[in-house]
Amino acid sequence: MTVNILTPDKQLYEGEATYVGLPGTDGSLGILSNHAPLVTTLRNGEITVKTGSEEMTFEVNGGTVEVLNNHVTILAQ
Amino acid sequence: MAGGLKEVRERIGSVQNTMQITSAMKMVSAAKLRRAQDAITRIRPYAQKIQAILTNVSSSLDSSEGVFSQERKVQTALVVVITSNRGLCGAFNNNSIKLANSAILEHKSNGANVVVLPLGKKAFEVLARNGHTFAEGFGDASLSIFDNLNFETASEIAQQIMDGFISKKWDSVQITYSQFRNAGVQTPTTECFLPILDSNTESKDTAISSNDYIFEPNLTEIIENILPSALKTQLYKALLDSNAAEHGARMTAMHSATENAGDLLQELKISYNKARQASITTEILEIVAGSEALGG
Repeated sequence: MTVNILTPDKQLYEGEATYVGLPGTDGSLGILSNHAPLVTTLRNGEITVKTGSEEMTFEVNGGTVEVLNNHVTILAQ
Repeated sequence: MAGGLKEVRERIGSVQNTMQITSAMKMVSAAKLRRAQDAITRIRPYAQKIQAILTNVSSSLDSSEGVFSQERKVQTALVVVITSNRGLCGAFNNNSIKLANSAILEHKSNGANVVVLPLGKKAFEVLARNGHTFAEGFGDASLSIFDNLNFETASEIAQQIMDGFISKKWDSVQITYSQFRNAGVQTPTTECFLPILDSNTESKDTAISSNDYIFEPNLTEIIENILPSALKTQLYKALLDSNAAEHGARMTAMHSATENAGDLLQELKISYNKARQASITTEILEIVAGSEALGG
């Protein structure tokens, strides 16, 4: 699946990933490929992106996530 | 005639100086314009995405009755006027202010009170001179916003505007600013900020409503979360647009000023040369006349 992390000032990450870990408002959640369409909000915390071998983390101050057709769009703040 | 010669030489010098300044200002504006354009390009994907999500989400919503889409009878209207901090950019600031004035007049003819929020020194000065009531609680945002323009400062202002709307300090909010088309073209526009009007009624059905989204925690909370950030983005985008438009306008203005100075310089040089030739001719005539008188 493709992951796109955007902030108003820049694009933090764009690319393929196998797993995305998110700090959801109602608790952490993980997203794997072929996830059902989902819209959720984030609290302050860390986003984890795993791409097979690598693992990256991004600090966010809340935001919104949309999962649709294997595209994960994270609008962070 | 020698006095005329000196005066023309001095004017040539001063025109040359002015030309140097205007062409330097043009270069500076060109550099700043590039940076401002980059900022717009960076926010564009974010703005488009947030709009897309909003459309997708609201298509799953039957009626988007929220605090921000409440249409009330307009008793007090807020007009946000975005201009630059500095002048020397042609009609750029005047155009925005003129548009804002017509928006203000329209509200007043409908019997509404109008408060204004100027963003940028020029709007502040002109609107204060015209005796408009300023919106309270924004501190010195009108003067300092462009000193350090970033998303945080813009969203603080947007948040205050939203709070004012919710607490019924104003019932409608409009933004006037100059939209950036390209370096030579700026279009002054008025945008409705609040309440959020359902502009995409017809696109609702065509949107991807077949996607059965899972909403976490629930739809209302998500909408409540997305709408403020969409509004913040809208204001930030307007500020960035105005910033880029300002530099574009200044670049064009300084370009034509430099060209005009060049034309003036050419004219002055011709009249300088004419005066110089005339003075040489007179001198020769005097010498010849003098030697003839001696030898005669």
